[in-house]
Amino acid sequence: MQDPVKLKNDILNQISKTKSNEVLEKIRISSLGKKGSISLLMKKLGEIDPKERKNVGQVLNQIQKEITYALDKQKEILDALALETKLKEEWVDISLSPRPENLGRIHPLSRTMDEVVAIFSEMGFKVAEGPDIETDYYNFTALNIPLEHPARQEHDTFYFPEDKEGKRKVLRTHTSPVQVRTMEKIKPPIRVIVPGRTYRSDHDATHSPMFHQCEGLVIGPDLNMSHLKGCLIDFCRAFFGVDNLPVRFRPSYFPFTEPSAEVDIGCSRIGNDLKIGGKGDWLEILGSGMVNPRVLENCGIDSKTTQGFAFGMGLERIAMLKYGIPDLRPFFDSDLRWMKHYGFFPFDVTSIHNGLA
Amino acid sequence: MKFTWKWLNDHLETDKSLDEIAEILPMLGLEVDNIENKAERLKEFKIAKVIDSKPHPNADRLKVLTVDDASGEIHQVVCGAPNARKGLIGVFASPGMYIPGTGINLKVGEIRGEKSFGMMCSEKELEISDDHDGIIELDEKAVIGKEYVNWAGLDDPVISIGITPNRADCLGVRGVAQDLSAANMGKLKPLKFNQVKSDFESPKNFKISEDVLCKGLVPIIVGRYFRGLNNGQSPQWMRQRLKAIGQRPISALVDITNYIMVDICRPLHAYDGLKIIGNNLEIRFAKDNEKFNALNEKTYELSKSDLVISDDKGVDDLAGIMGGERTGVSKKTTEMFLETAIFDPNTVSRTGRRLNLNSDARHRFERGLDQNLPENIQDYIASFVLDICGGETSYIHSSGSGKIWERVINFDPEFVFNLSGVKISDETISSILIKLGFKLNKKSNIWDVNPPSWRNDIDGAADLVEEVIRIYGYDNIPINSLENDQVIPNPAIEKYQKRNLTLKRLLAGRGMLEAITYSFISEKDAKLFNGGQSDLILINPISSDLNTMRPSLFPNLLTAVSQNFKRGETGISMYEIGPIFKGQNPEDQIDHISGIRAGFNSSREWTKTKRNFDWIDAKADLESVLKACGFNSSKILSKRETPNYYHPGRSAAFFLGKNIIAFFGELHPRITNFYNIKNTVVGFEVFPGNIPLPKKMGAQKKFLKLNPFQSVERDFSFIVDKKISAGEIIRSISSLDKKLIKDVRIFDLYEGEKVPENEKALGVTIIFQPDEMTFSDSELDEFSKKIIQNISSNFNGRLRD
Repeated sequence: MQDPVKLKNDILNQISKTKSNEVLEKIRISSLGKKGSISLLMKKLGEIDPKERKNVGQVLNQIQKEITYALDKQKEILDALALETKLKEEWVDISLSPRPENLGRIHPLSRTMDEVVAIFSEMGFKVAEGPDIETDYYNFTALNIPLEHPARQEHDTFYFPEDKEGKRKVLRTHTSPVQVRTMEKIKPPIRVIVPGRTYRSDHDATHSPMFHQCEGLVIGPDLNMSHLKGCLIDFCRAFFGVDNLPVRFRPSYFPFTEPSAEVDIGCSRIGNDLKIGGKGDWLEILGSGMVNPRVLENCGIDSKTTQGFAFGMGLERIAMLKYGIPDLRPFFDSDLRWMKHYGFFPFDVTSIHNGLA
Repeated sequence: MKFTWKWLNDHLETDKSLDEIAEILPMLGLEVDNIENKAERLKEFKIAKVIDSKPHPNADRLKVLTVDDASGEIHQVVCGAPNARKGLIGVFASPGMYIPGTGINLKVGEIRGEKSFGMMCSEKELEISDDHDGIIELDEKAVIGKEYVNWAGLDDPVISIGITPNRADCLGVRGVAQDLSAANMGKLKPLKFNQVKSDFESPKNFKISEDVLCKGLVPIIVGRYFRGLNNGQSPQWMRQRLKAIGQRPISALVDITNYIMVDICRPLHAYDGLKIIGNNLEIRFAKDNEKFNALNEKTYELSKSDLVISDDKGVDDLAGIMGGERTGVSKKTTEMFLETAIFDPNTVSRTGRRLNLNSDARHRFERGLDQNLPENIQDYIASFVLDICGGETSYIHSSGSGKIWERVINFDPEFVFNLSGVKISDETISSILIKLGFKLNKKSNIWDVNPPSWRNDIDGAADLVEEVIRIYGYDNIPINSLENDQVIPNPAIEKYQKRNLTLKRLLAGRGMLEAITYSFISEKDAKLFNGGQSDLILINPISSDLNTMRPSLFPNLLTAVSQNFKRGETGISMYEIGPIFKGQNPEDQIDHISGIRAGFNSSREWTKTKRNFDWIDAKADLESVLKACGFNSSKILSKRETPNYYHPGRSAAFFLGKNIIAFFGELHPRITNFYNIKNTVVGFEVFPGNIPLPKKMGAQKKFLKLNPFQSVERDFSFIVDKKISAGEIIRSISSLDKKLIKDVRIFDLYEGEKVPENEKALGVTIIFQPDEMTFSDSELDEFSKKIIQNISSNFNGRLRD
């Protein structure tokens, strides 16, 4: 009988030198396979003296285990080597750019409207709407701006041709007609804001023939100018994200409010840079006032028992101030470069709880 | 409204500084637009004396001056002014100084070999006037080395304020002073003028026609005649003030009327007395088509609603707006008839608006003037005329339908608190109102308040509250946040508005940029998209490119595509959600959602994904929108029925019942050509108004039943006629067994040599979903047979071999 230990050492030696899984398999067959050298020795156990058989059997079993273990171990090593080689071959130039994807942008005005709505909704406001093509009555007369009123001339109104009755409609010059439409439709208490398109026949560096306003109307019990101030200060500070933003109210005139107030926010200038907040300068951003009793009466509301306040702001203006957009004109030019630069990522959803700025 | 600081001080006795006044003005409602101080710019210019003058050795017309500015140094200056001479006292600028009239910084120069260390200035170089004939000459009293601006009285800052339409009273310096005095910023000075002696009757008089009188359009008109006048130059101080506020001095009489208008907000009209034909100036309505030659050298055609003033020859004044050329004063005028009137503001406004004729007078008349002033102010005006032009003046003659400014407002002082939220004592309220010129009768808790004659804007209790808190200070109004009954507010927007917001994010997420564009476009563009009806065309557009309300969002998007291509962009994807207009009524304004893609999806890059956008992209965009609205587009009826701006073979409409909910496809080449776009443009239009919002009960979603049995996929390849649409085949197969057939998909489309002409091979994957137990092979064979049978009988198709 062949010396099993020598045989074992030969096989283990072979295994450790093996470089491929195929050779390894051949070794497995030639040693542990049906006709393998170890298997043959096992078969010959019967021929051995029964006294020694147990010992030899144990030795052979042990050898079988060792060889199996060595084969597995070597396979692991070879697999690892093979993988390593494969991975080395799979090297890529990782600096190359990925397949292109395009993400669009939300227009800064949409974003601004969203933010304005988000803030006022916290104060219990609802969004109301009205038509862009308005009657003279809603745009002017009901708002206490009769035909000859000098305020009308400041509105630079766009007109449509006269109808059969000689009446001509206008493109609304402000969102204020929706105040009247709202008061006609719903009973106080009222808290609405009206973001929307407005039009004036004015076109230069700081005026666009179409622009956006957001109107606000609050009608309810026990409202006075202190609430107007509180509401608008709360808004300005939330919108610009400046807790101690100075807000100034100064007397002004709008035919549909009395008393009226223009609202300024504090700003500071360092060189050419404008910073919202701080001291030094004021920026006008809002018009406001207590709703004129005549407007209330025009809407069938008893001005002796009911009062409220209204306000209006230019959305482009507050967008420009908040986001640092220097020029009004490109808002409606649809220049890709502008839209990509000043637009907002669609997944950056406007919300109060996540913070607006 | 512009005035100078010294002018204000003529009316206001104050120890406050200009800065303090400028700070309070906006808090009174008088917005400060600008304060300009010429002195700031001219501060460095010094008074200097020419102590010697020699001819320039190399130039006949130049002189070499020796100038002393009391700085301790003597300066050599080369000068070409004809009046430059020894002994002249003028204004000196040294090197390094900025010369406003020329816009340059002065340097040491060398002129024909002679060094020049500064210059002697002309008025033009200091921007004081256009005079450039010679250098400034000052009189002997001028102190050498002192600041020129101080000596010349140019250090009078110009204040420019914005006046809201209600504050006609502040279109005069005195009105501003009155407001400031009420705000404790000083004391209003009484008007100072000489007692004027009159001792003759005016040879000319105003006569108001019967109908004008009846309508009360001329409450009062005062005429006064002046003779023996010398209409030369107005005095230096008056010219300086007029120039400072941007008015050109013309002649003494014209300057006086302009000055009085700004001084006390009292427009006047001066006729040359000798040019008036006849003795009467009639205030009457114009005749239709009557012509009027105005002072601005333009001719206006009048109508019978215009109020005019006419002598025996015809119209020569448009009441409250502008005088006529024929009877106006000139340098030769020696006799003047002066008109001080109140005209109905609405009449003035209507005429001015119709004729598009603006003037400083109209601006004041249509805002309403002080009706007491025409009679009360005559001697103040006459003093100016007589002091400056000499001569004598007539008795005054006034007529009119009667002043109508007096009114009483019932005022409960409690209302100040109710409206403003600020508690102010009755004493303070009444003292503020009295300082503003109101008269009070506190007979009970409710006061009778009479507004002053110059405050035509005050007509209700709310106005009085504004007056009180304006002076008391808006800063003193307390601040109260709005209380909200609901701790957690209800949604602020409607569901359809929320859907639009979601769609904005969806489309941007798909790589499209959001555009917001004008609601108006050119009529041509509108017609191209089947709009442009006459009732949607503006009568006064800012340009013909922007005169028609848009019928579609496409025209602006196409214009933007074209412009962006011109700027070198290669791929454009953008969308807009906004209104289109079908008519003038509110319901004709409809929100559309439109997207457009053109050019390449990316730039050329190594993964080779670059390709042209095509109709499939537009369909994908549209389907994503419909999906977000809760609709599976494969289950929506589509037809090849699109408007003529789409490619007829590459576009379709989606229907819900009878309503069209969307179009998509390639745009017609005629359209892209019109916009000078060479690329294919694809797009979609969604009409959200026709897409119902999901009728969900609360927030609950439909129950999800997870099927434990595995689905089975089978592939088929059918040969059908080319014109048969895949959509029809999918719908037909799906409808065979809606429960069993979970999905039908096209995985291949082949047209070419291997199939007969006019036919195509469609690879279709069908997914079967067992409900109760897994399918047996024979069951699946049975389904397959049914499907093949369906294709054969409905589409005349067959399995591909």
